[in-house]
Amino acid sequence: MKATVLVRPKGGILDPQGEAVERSLRQLGFPVEDARIGRVIDLEVDAASAEEARDQVVRMCDRLLANPLIESYEIELEGRQT
Amino acid sequence: MSEHRPRIGVLVFPGSNDDRDAAWALSALGAQPRLVWHAEPELPPVEAVVLPGGFSYGDYLRAGAIARFAPAMAAVQAFARDGGLVLGICNGFQILCEAGLLPGVLRPNASLSFVCRDVPLIVERTDTPFTTRCAVGQQLVIPVKHGDGCYHAPPDLPTEQVVLRYAPGANPNGSDADIAGVTNADGNILGLMPHPEHAVDALLGSSDGGLVLASLVDAARERSFVRA
Repeated sequence: MKATVLVRPKGGILDPQGEAVERSLRQLGFPVEDARIGRVIDLEVDAASAEEARDQVVRMCDRLLANPLIESYEIELEGRQT
Repeated sequence: MSEHRPRIGVLVFPGSNDDRDAAWALSALGAQPRLVWHAEPELPPVEAVVLPGGFSYGDYLRAGAIARFAPAMAAVQAFARDGGLVLGICNGFQILCEAGLLPGVLRPNASLSFVCRDVPLIVERTDTPFTTRCAVGQQLVIPVKHGDGCYHAPPDLPTEQVVLRYAPGANPNGSDADIAGVTNADGNILGLMPHPEHAVDALLGSSDGGLVLASLVDAARERSFVRA
């Protein structure tokens, strides 16, 4: 089953990459604000059901993929947000 | 010289690059360093452990996030839980934070630039096994060299766990409250971004890092007598 994990810096956490990209976009003439940069992790999960797949991915996020001090995450299964 | 030389383990991860400098510095300061490969499930008999600098696993995902699951880290966790002395330098600090042995996390420098220069530090506490040779308020000059050194402290971090701060105006990475080094609540684990092992000989610019490492060697020596 295809799973996608979206990891984002939590609100209030300094995101220098987002700030640099925002400045660059503004220089290009785009009036943007609050650019934040996270990461996307695509996985193929071996699971019998969507619930089982979700449980596995949540454990992956809590143990390795995200650091709860500074990052939040969202999980999509087969392209659907769960 | 008959002075007892305590045994200090230095972990080696794929991508560590200061392991040999740390071993050399510890040896010069009176310890017997033992390099420990990350895949070892147990530590050799040692009185202290050092996690050296470098770029374990290429800093993939987050610095230190993958190295924390190395077999040797399970042994370090157990060693630390039993009160063992653990020092994490730079990448070692990042690994200890990711492993939950130290509070907080290290993030990319606010400047997004790699910084490599001598920085002045202020000693906040001398009642730790890592700073007994220093004086409170003393300034130490020790080099940093990192891209991910911006320490993010948990909001409830007790001030007494802050052992080293960058001197006012000299913060090289944007870390919270100029924090350069922190201990765990029990005080037997220290992590710091500056590299004391690169500052143990005045010929190389500064010997201030030797005060930190020699404090650790002193503490390790005392523990070897207690054990013996």
